[in-house]
Amino acid sequence: MKVAFTLNGTAATWSGPPVTRLAAALRDDLGLTGTKVGCDAGDCGACTVLLDARQVCSCLVAMGQVEGRSVETVEGLAGTDGTLALLQKSFLAHGAAQCGICTPGMLMAASELLREVPSPGRDEVEDALGGVLCRCTGYTKIVDAVLGAAQSMPMVAPSAGAAVGARLVRVDGHAKVTGRDMFGADGIPADALWIRVVRSPHARGRFTLGDLAPLRRRLAAVLTAADVPFNGFGIYPDIKDQPVLADGVVRYRGEAVLALVGERAAVLSIRDDEVPIAWAPEPPVLGIDAATAANAPLVQADRPKNLLLDGGVRHGDAAAAFAGCAAVAEGVFETAFVEHAYVEPEAGWAERVGDRIEIHVTTQTPYMDRDEIANVMRLRPENVRIVPTACGGGFGGKLDLSVQPLVGIAAWLLKRPVACVYTRSESMAATTKRHPARISAKFGCDFTGKLVACDVSATFDTGAYASWGPTVANRVPVHAMGPYAVPHVRTWGEAFFTNGPPAGAFRGFGVPQAAIAHEAIMDELADKLGIDRLEFRHRNALRAGDTTATGQVLAHSAGLAQCLEALRPHWRRAQDEAAAFNNKGDIRRRGVGIGCMWYGIGNTSMSNPSRMRIGLSPGGTLTLYSGAVDIGQGSNTIMTQIAADALGLPAAQFALVAGDTDLTADAGKTSASRQTFVSGRAAEAAGWDLRQQILRLANAGPDALLSLEGAKLTVRDGAEVRAIDLATTGTLTGEGTFDPPTTPLDANGQGIPYATYAFAAQIAEVEVDIELGTIKVLRIVAAHDVGRAINPTLVEGQIEGGIAQGLGLALMEEFLPGRTENLHDYLIPTIGDVPEIECILIEDRAPLGPSGAKGVGEPGLVPTAPAILGAVHYATGVRARRVPLLPHRLREALIKLQEGALKGTGA
Amino acid sequence: MGDYVRPSRLEEALSALARPHTVLAGGTDFYPARVGRTIDEDILDIGAIPALRGISSASTGWRLGATTTWSEMIEADLPPLFDGLKQAAREIGGRQIQNAGTLAGNLCNASPAADGVPCLLVLDADIEIASSTATRRVPLDQFITGVRRTALMPDELVVAIHVPRPAREARSAFLKLGARRYLVISIAMATATLEIADGHVAAARIAVGSCSAVAQRLVALEAALVGARLDRQLAARVDPTHLEPLSPIDDVRGSAGYRRESVLVLLRRLLAGFAP
Ligand SMILES: Cc1cc2nc3c(=O)[nH]c(=O)nc-3n(C[C@H](O)[C@H](O)[C@H](O)COP(=O)(O)OP(=O)(O)OC[C@H]3O[C@@H](n4cnc5c(N)ncnc54)[C@H](O)[C@@H]3O)c2cc1C
Ligand code: FES
Ligand code: FES
Repeated sequence: MKVAFTLNGTAATWSGPPVTRLAAALRDDLGLTGTKVGCDAGDCGACTVLLDARQVCSCLVAMGQVEGRSVETVEGLAGTDGTLALLQKSFLAHGAAQCGICTPGMLMAASELLREVPSPGRDEVEDALGGVLCRCTGYTKIVDAVLGAAQSMPMVAPSAGAAVGARLVRVDGHAKVTGRDMFGADGIPADALWIRVVRSPHARGRFTLGDLAPLRRRLAAVLTAADVPFNGFGIYPDIKDQPVLADGVVRYRGEAVLALVGERAAVLSIRDDEVPIAWAPEPPVLGIDAATAANAPLVQADRPKNLLLDGGVRHGDAAAAFAGCAAVAEGVFETAFVEHAYVEPEAGWAERVGDRIEIHVTTQTPYMDRDEIANVMRLRPENVRIVPTACGGGFGGKLDLSVQPLVGIAAWLLKRPVACVYTRSESMAATTKRHPARISAKFGCDFTGKLVACDVSATFDTGAYASWGPTVANRVPVHAMGPYAVPHVRTWGEAFFTNGPPAGAFRGFGVPQAAIAHEAIMDELADKLGIDRLEFRHRNALRAGDTTATGQVLAHSAGLAQCLEALRPHWRRAQDEAAAFNNKGDIRRRGVGIGCMWYGIGNTSMSNPSRMRIGLSPGGTLTLYSGAVDIGQGSNTIMTQIAADALGLPAAQFALVAGDTDLTADAGKTSASRQTFVSGRAAEAAGWDLRQQILRLANAGPDALLSLEGAKLTVRDGAEVRAIDLATTGTLTGEGTFDPPTTPLDANGQGIPYATYAFAAQIAEVEVDIELGTIKVLRIVAAHDVGRAINPTLVEGQIEGGIAQGLGLALMEEFLPGRTENLHDYLIPTIGDVPEIECILIEDRAPLGPSGAKGVGEPGLVPTAPAILGAVHYATGVRARRVPLLPHRLREALIKLQEGALKGTGA
Repeated sequence: MGDYVRPSRLEEALSALARPHTVLAGGTDFYPARVGRTIDEDILDIGAIPALRGISSASTGWRLGATTTWSEMIEADLPPLFDGLKQAAREIGGRQIQNAGTLAGNLCNASPAADGVPCLLVLDADIEIASSTATRRVPLDQFITGVRRTALMPDELVVAIHVPRPAREARSAFLKLGARRYLVISIAMATATLEIADGHVAAARIAVGSCSAVAQRLVALEAALVGARLDRQLAARVDPTHLEPLSPIDDVRGSAGYRRESVLVLLRRLLAGFAP
């Protein structure tokens, strides 16, 4: 059918099956990939467009319904001359786009509102944007951007040497607010074949494949385990335990079994029941108890006791020290599988170029992808090129392989481009999760409230495959005592295989789970001694000069005490307000809670170097070649700011080449909050290196000022001015590397696991509906020691986004295989759930970091859940032992408390 | 590839249904049920039929066209009798869903958690159904027969929803309990219409959703309210025995016990809210 309509003000026609989704027609046929698809089910709002000036999900509109109507997309917002609309400018100025995958939807939803209500209030903005999910920003800056869209805010353009510390607009922001940024599913070649993966409906079982010949006749290929040259991948060089395609055995629901490769319509038209697989399901091993039971079936045959790994930290003699404590508190805390729920599902495509394979993919870690693909495909790493697309959110979930090996193998065999885009439920079922944890924590202190001893054991459900399980099990014992000076420590971490989804990396690597435990215990100890909860933490905060439980002396940059001091007035005010509210005797009660954290930046006791390059071409093009992938957190901008100041030229003069393994150097993975600290330091060194070369050429002193105009580089050294003609010098390249100094941990966990640590404390104010058990978070004040805020807007964005995820962890997120495999049933916070957030940046410089900066990617979410749960306890007396604290769970705990069944300890 | 018809006249739509077609209205339930696969069924798109649109009133009551969207409902100029339905409309999905999703789609989809169902139950709504040969009217409580089951025959279409005009002053209200602010399916919801005479309840209609396969009227509670003064004490008339028609289940959104308990809370708050 032919459909005639108006598209962004211009007459347009389209032909195809009228039941085609508008989103698909826009993206696949009309070339407008600014409209994003995150779920195809109305749940995420990424596909929001205006239809006759009303916002709708374009994934729920049939092309047949568009006839004669007007469709507006993000591509139509800017003027025909490219001038950005005020709203787009406001998004840029406020830093409202992080990864940018939700941005087009947000912009369109806001456009509907602003046309009717030019100066809306916060409630109106929330109502208008309530149908668009953002997983990165915590919505704060989005609300600000819409509220501020009427006023134009000046864009910061720092001069040479002034980039660090400036609220520079993201260097990749323009592409994000115009819909031109290309994500994993946006640049797929028109002639690409498609893959649909057939997945296991069973958590555990065996299968045999029937006759695939009929399917193969309809398709270009049906890939099985036999087609994978080396059928095992995994994060650790010695643990390649996850098959690309299952070989007769499945270990979790959602595991990949077959890949159907063919024309897109052909692979989509094949129903799962047409695929001849004979299943023999077995009872799955689900949860820690089942995995550790005597005679538990093994998840992986060569892993006795289902144990992946264990280990811990010992310092002093905790067992003996408890005896002398004035107060001791303990408890067991449990958390669930949590899904990353980035708005962009996994997507990418591959192309064989001679004897090389090129993979364009949304990823957090191009270099690990390259090496892993080389291993799986039995190619040399030089024969693999990874070209990261824009990444629509990662949070740890795009550190593991997803589509890469499938598209790689298929494109290699078929010698045609092959693409794969996961559906939402496939993304949720198949990819890694946050580790469910059971944490037993016991702390003791003296009568003045000084912590004396701590004993924490953390047991993790690592799911069917190892993934990042070892990282979690290693990191947690180092952090499990919390950001406090405790002389006698025993901590333990262990991870067990189950038939759950593979648990991997998720913002915080297990530390958020541990923080729920240690912070609850801090509250209880403080309460027992009658000491204010904030002051108790302040008394025990790790400070510069203290020795950690691993025996590391923190020489510098341990700003927790400063964070708590900055929060003190807010803490008092919030408590006064809560008390006043509660005195009214309403059925709602308010509470105030506090959470603290520390977080080691970079890999635990492992080398994790970064290398950065800056090139100055004969034509005068200044390019930062960064292998660090910006997954929304802003590293493209941060690296540019750091490099600019180190070199001494304005950030605006930099071009950027990011991620491509053929064009950049290895800057490691975007995880462990390491890019600003590690890659930033390398970028700084690269800037210095190039500067040195220039100064040498000009024979100028260290304080000389540089300026670049075309191919002319001017060096002013006091009164002397020298011009360098770049055309004659050839390309100049500055290079820098950095690998944070750490040492291995010994059998007692002693050593230097990290070169520096971030610290933070947050206060949450909540209101609990006692009768319904619902919790509304009213406000969060977050104080973070970031060393140095290279770009305060981006730093706040990380904190606000982390807080939203922490809120989800505390109150609503629980992944249940087969039951919450979509964004309808798996709830993440919407714009109406995240409260106002105030960020306080503490800058206790880390001498090793670039300009003193540390990392902030993960710390944002770690203290949030503890603060919220502490506030719920304050309001109700219920201490949550299991998250998420869903309304029915809180209500049950309240009833138990009222019945006195648990004598004051809650549920 | 299936057929796709988008008639502008009701008669054409009805004659198309001589052959089975899947009806497509706002698409907000249709598409989510078809993610990641080819759609090859025959489709009857009813979005272009003026006769199915719009809200009109007569002395006997109101006619809500089948394809009236939630947004049109919110914006319509209607008496306080419709306040509950409007409140529900504001809490359905997000704006995008409200702009596209239709009233009849909500009923025909027959989800136990459909917010529109209890609201229309307490408005005493009748469903007008047409086929190419006949037209009939079915009270809503007989229209939805089970989880995702209705009394609709394959050749029939919902044409309109009829709400009778109460003899007295009448007001309605709606409360939804969900685990987040927007885009949330109800853990439970409660709604009431009270007809009021001389500051007393002359008639009451109460319904609860998400606590049984099909939203249920609470007839015993309705009876207990008749004659009561319209003040905050109304809430005190709610008694756990009134929930007898409900059969809540445990699911990912909440436990059965929690549903039972919170429905009582919702009902008390709902009724207290009617006090002047
Ligand atoms: C993100 C999201 C959030 C949602 N939130 C809510 C919510 O909070 N509360 C809630 O109750 N619902 C919610 N829904 C469900 C849905 O939006 C509503 O049920 C909506 O009213 C359905 O209307 P529609 O026109 O889109 O139906 P469609 O999808 O077009 O149709 C739904 C079904 O009804 C049939 N049908 C439609 N109209 C007729 C007719 N006139 N005659 C015969 N058959 C017909 C169709 O064949 C189909 O089977 C949500 C959906 C999404 C995607
Ligand atoms: S893609 Fe349309 S709502 Fe998610
Ligand atoms: S910026 Fe909103 S989802 Fe990433």
